[in-house]
Amino acid sequence: MDDENAISASGLVKTFGETRALDGLDLSVRSGEVHGFLGPNGAGKSTLLRVLLGLIRKDSGEVRLLGGDPWRDAVALHRRLAYVPGDVTLWPSLTGGEVIDLLGRMRGGLDKGRRAELLERFELDPSKKARAYSKGNRQKVALVAALASDAELLLLDEPTSGLDPLMEAVFRGCVEEERSSGRTVLLSSHILSEVEALCDRLTIIRDGRAVESGTLADLRHLTRTSIAAELNREPVGLAELPGVHDLRVEGRRVRCQVDAAGLDGLLAHLTPFGVRSLISQPPTLEDLFLRHYETGQQDARPPRQAGLAR
Amino acid sequence: MKAFARAFAGTWALVRLILRRDRIVLPLWVLSLALLPVAIANTMKDLYPTGAERQSYIDIVTSSPTFLALYGHAFGHSLGAITAWRLGGTVLFVGLASLLTIIRHTRAEEEAGRRELLGATVVGRQASLFAALLVTFGADVALGAIAAATLVAYGLPVAGSVAFGLAWAVFGWVFAAVAAAVAQATEGARAARGISIAILGLCLVLRMVGDVGRKEGPFWISWLTPFGWIQRIHLYGDQRWWIFVLFAGVVAVFFASALALSARRDLGSGLLPTRPGRAAAVGWLRGPLGLAWRLQRGSLLAWTFGFAALGAILGGIAEGGVEVIRDNPKLEVVVQRLGGSSGIADTYFAAIMGLLGLIASGYAIGAALRLRGEETSGRVEPLLASPVSRWRWAASHLAFALLGPAVLLGVAGIAAGLAYGLSTGAVGDDLPRVLAQAMVQLPAVWVLVGVSTALFGLLPRLAASVGWAVLAACVLLEEFGRPLQLSKRVLDLSPFAHVPKLPGDDVFAAPLVWLALISAVLVAAGLLGLRRRDVL
Repeated sequence: MDDENAISASGLVKTFGETRALDGLDLSVRSGEVHGFLGPNGAGKSTLLRVLLGLIRKDSGEVRLLGGDPWRDAVALHRRLAYVPGDVTLWPSLTGGEVIDLLGRMRGGLDKGRRAELLERFELDPSKKARAYSKGNRQKVALVAALASDAELLLLDEPTSGLDPLMEAVFRGCVEEERSSGRTVLLSSHILSEVEALCDRLTIIRDGRAVESGTLADLRHLTRTSIAAELNREPVGLAELPGVHDLRVEGRRVRCQVDAAGLDGLLAHLTPFGVRSLISQPPTLEDLFLRHYETGQQDARPPRQAGLAR
Repeated sequence: MKAFARAFAGTWALVRLILRRDRIVLPLWVLSLALLPVAIANTMKDLYPTGAERQSYIDIVTSSPTFLALYGHAFGHSLGAITAWRLGGTVLFVGLASLLTIIRHTRAEEEAGRRELLGATVVGRQASLFAALLVTFGADVALGAIAAATLVAYGLPVAGSVAFGLAWAVFGWVFAAVAAAVAQATEGARAARGISIAILGLCLVLRMVGDVGRKEGPFWISWLTPFGWIQRIHLYGDQRWWIFVLFAGVVAVFFASALALSARRDLGSGLLPTRPGRAAAVGWLRGPLGLAWRLQRGSLLAWTFGFAALGAILGGIAEGGVEVIRDNPKLEVVVQRLGGSSGIADTYFAAIMGLLGLIASGYAIGAALRLRGEETSGRVEPLLASPVSRWRWAASHLAFALLGPAVLLGVAGIAAGLAYGLSTGAVGDDLPRVLAQAMVQLPAVWVLVGVSTALFGLLPRLAASVGWAVLAACVLLEEFGRPLQLSKRVLDLSPFAHVPKLPGDDVFAAPLVWLALISAVLVAAGLLGLRRRDVL
C-alpha cells in the first residue's frame, strides 16, 4: 500500500455471530489529515477502531495501519499511536493523574509540560479517584493521556461525548494544533458541527459499509442544494426538469431541492420568469448525514406508533 | 407511615428483577446445599448403622484435634446428631452464598451504576437493599425447608429436622444481614465482599479455637459465633430452641443498622469520605506489572495477614488438642495407629493445610480472573492500545495468581510451624515439617489457576462461572467426596487428592511434578488462546 495513507482498509468484514458489524468497509486516511468518521449508533465505528488496534481480528478484507498489519504488528504500531475509547472506564482506585502517567509511560513517556498545560486547559483535577469522576471527566483523562503523547496517529472514538460546550471548544483547539503539527487524526463523531469544523475529509458509514467518502466539498457536490425563489410570473414546467425534487410552487414562490448536476438547468429555466429574489443554500452536513441515515430505515424500524400503542 | 412506605416503593419489581437475573445461580446453590444433609445422613447410616458403632466413632473422632477443628464437638450419637455434627463446618457455605448474593445485588449494582438507573424510577431509597434481603432470606428459608423436609422424609425425627433446617436458614440470615450492613460502609463491592467473608472466616476460626481447646480452656470462645450456636442447639438432642433468640437478635441488629446506614448515606458513597489521591503516579507505576501490583496489592496484603493469623491460630491450638488425645487411655490404640503424638499432629496439619490450600485457591482464581474483569469492564482497551503485548498484560496478573498463593501458604506454614514449635519446644524440627505440608498444596492450587487461565484464553465467556464452579467442585470432593462414598476415580479428579500427606508419603515428588506440569500446560493453552482471539 502507498505511504501517504496512514490507514487504508478495503473490503473489511467482521462478523459477530449473525451480525455483520463490518460488511466490506473501505476507508483511507491520508497522513497528516484530520479524517471524520460518521455513522449512526451500531454502524460499526467502534468495531473498525478495534480492528485497527488489533483488539479484534478481521474476517476478510485488507487493512493497513501506518504501513503495518494491525493484528500482527500491534505492539510495534502502538508505539506510534494514541487512542481515546468511546466509553472510558478507569480503575476506580486510581487517580486521574496516575492513569495519565501510566498510559503515557507505557507509550514511552510523556511530556510533563504538555501534561500540565492540558490539565489546566481541560480544567481537570488529577488528584481525584477515578470512581469519583463524572463521564466527562473520565473522557478528559483519556484525552489528556492521548494528547500529551507524541504519537503520530490519534484514534479518537467520539471523544467529546460527555464534554460540555466549553470543553468541546478546548478539544477543537487541541485538534487544530495536532493538525498543524502534522499528526494524523481519525475522529469518529456524532457532532456534525465538530466534524465540519475540524475535518479535512470524512467518511460516512452505515451498516458496516462506507456510503460516502471525500472532502466536505466533494460530498456537498453529491447532494442537493435547496433553492427558494420569488418570481415575477408563475412558473411552468419545473416538475419536468431533471434533478429537481420536493418541488413546491405557491403562486410566484418556488421552493425545491436540486441535484448538483441539475442546478444549472434549473437556474436557466427560472430566469425567463423574472427572478426577484433567490436564496440558494448548500447542503449542510446534517442534510448529508440524515439523507444517508434515513434511507432504508423505514422498513428496518417498526413505525413509532406501534411502540406507543402498547 | 407514608414516608415509610415510600422508602420501600418498588421493592416487588426489584425482587422480580433479582430472581430473573439469578434464575440459574440461586436455585443451584439452594438445592445443592439443601440436599447435602440427607446425602450425608444416608452415608452415616451406611457406615455406622448401630448406635454402638456411632458412639465409638464419635468418641474417637471428637478426641482428634483435626475433627474438632473441622466439625466441632458432638452432642449425642443418634443418626441425626452425628449427621448434624459432620455438617458443622458445611453451614459456612450457606453463609457464604447468602453474603455473596447480598453484595451482588447491592453494592456491586451501585458500583456499576445500574442502581442509579433504577433509582430514577419509582423506587424507594431502601427498596434495592430490602429486595436483596428479601430474596436472600427467602432463598435461605427455602434451603432450610427443603433440608428439613428431606431429612424428615428420610426418617429422622421431625423436631430435630425442623430445628436443623431452621438453624441453617437463620445462619444464612445472619451473614446476609452482616453483608447488607457492610455493603453500606464501603465504596467498592470488592472491599464489601472481602470484609464480609473475613467476618465469616473469623467466626469459623473462633469456633475452631474454642472447640480444639480443652473444656476448661477457651471453650467459651465458640459461644461467640453462630457456628458455635448451631452446635449448642443440640440438634436431634434436647433441641434448645431459645438459642434461636440469639440468631434473631443478631439478624435484627445488623438488619436495622443496614437500613439505618442506607437511609443516611448518598448513593455511590460509603461511610468514609473519599480522599484525594496522588496527582502524579509514583515511579514504579509504569507498565502492566506496576498496574497489577497497584490493583492487587491491597487484596494480597489482606490475604497475607489473614493467612498469617490463621496459621498462627491453627498451629497454636494443635498441641492442646494432641495433649487431650494423648492423655486419654481409651484412645491409646488409636494414637499408636496414627503414629504416636507426632503422627496425630501430622494428620492434623495435613488436614488444616489442605483446607488452607482450598482457601488459597479462592485467592488465586480471583487474581487470575481479574484478567477477565479487566476485559469485560473495557479497562484493558487503553492498555492493549499501548505498546504492550497481550502476553505481557496477562503475565502481570498471572504473576499474582501463581506467586500469591505461594506467599499465602508460605506465610501460613511459617506461622503455624512457629506457633506449634513454640508450644512443643521443638521449633527446629516442627517448623520445616509444617511449612512443607503447606507448600505441597501449591501445585494443586496452580492447577486451578491453570483451569481459569485456559478458560479465559479459550472460552472467555465461561471463565468466571466455570472457574469458580471448578473450585466449588474441588471443595465438594475434598470435604464430602469420602463421606458421600464417591469412587476413587471421581475423587482423583480434584488436584488436591494428589497432594502427598507429609511426612511419610513415600512418593511425594512425582505427583507434585505432574500437577505442576498440568498447570503449565493449562496456562500455556490459555495464553495461546488469548493471542488468537478477539478481545472484547
